[in-house]
Amino acid sequence: MVQYSIARLDVSFAALSDATRRGVLEQLGHADCSITDLAQKFHMTLTGMKKHIGILEQAGLVATEKIGRVRTCKLGPRRLAEETAWIEAYRQFWAARFDALDLVVEELKQKKEVDGRKRRK
Amino acid sequence: MGAKGESDPAAGKNREKNRTAVERRSERELVITRRFDAPARFVFAAWTTPELLKRWWAPKSAGMTLLSCEVDARTGGKYRFEFGPKSMAFFGKYLKVTPYSRLVWTNEESDDGAVTTVTFEEKDGKTLLTLRELYPSKEALDYAIAGMEGGMPEQFEQLDELLLTLGTGAGRS
Repeated sequence: MVQYSIARLDVSFAALSDATRRGVLEQLGHADCSITDLAQKFHMTLTGMKKHIGILEQAGLVATEKIGRVRTCKLGPRRLAEETAWIEAYRQFWAARFDALDLVVEELKQKKEVDGRKRRK
Repeated sequence: MGAKGESDPAAGKNREKNRTAVERRSERELVITRRFDAPARFVFAAWTTPELLKRWWAPKSAGMTLLSCEVDARTGGKYRFEFGPKSMAFFGKYLKVTPYSRLVWTNEESDDGAVTTVTFEEKDGKTLLTLRELYPSKEALDYAIAGMEGGMPEQFEQLDELLLTLGTGAGRS
């Protein structure tokens, strides 16, 4: 299971290691796009772009759909699930931090209340 | 595209009230919010006093320890945190410090670091804390997200479990 997941992450990181492919993901984050348009935007041949899309598709980062003669690309499920998972992990990290902060703040509050009472006496 | 981390069905109602929420509010901004049952001056003090920061900034449950912590919480002042066990340093400077209400600092450990803004809004003796991380570009935030996965291999397993529970059902929003 762990081996499998690391292999899968390797595929993701390999896919993300290329500047053009990261650019394609950024582009698809804004809007779906045909391979022809992507090739034009990144100044490369249709064949070259198809290769990049193939790698991204294999990693689950991009999904493609052929409608008529046009192949349209969009962000893949893995890309979206990964971001959601990362945000949840990040949330849990901050939640742990804030739970610890709660204790500190509570202590400051108690101390102040005790000091206040003492002063009033 | 928006993504939220919210599901925590195990949390009770009391915890729900003060729960931590994280949202990617725009392509280059992450926003974290949390409520505290105390006036802003106490929460602010815990963010700006080294002795207090040491007690919560590196929670044990996150598997981190704070090796050192230097904080000069004044506009133009600097800060530096060093974490173990692999000795990672986080540093930058305070662009703006407004007592009890606002902190703005840079994150200079990487070229594409975010600018962090924390606001403390007090209402009826309670404080709503909002932390915004504004990255210089969408790519920088995307990279921070990918980089954190890469930088913490011990979290791969946890990430993978999450991915499994999320399945591939997370369609486009």
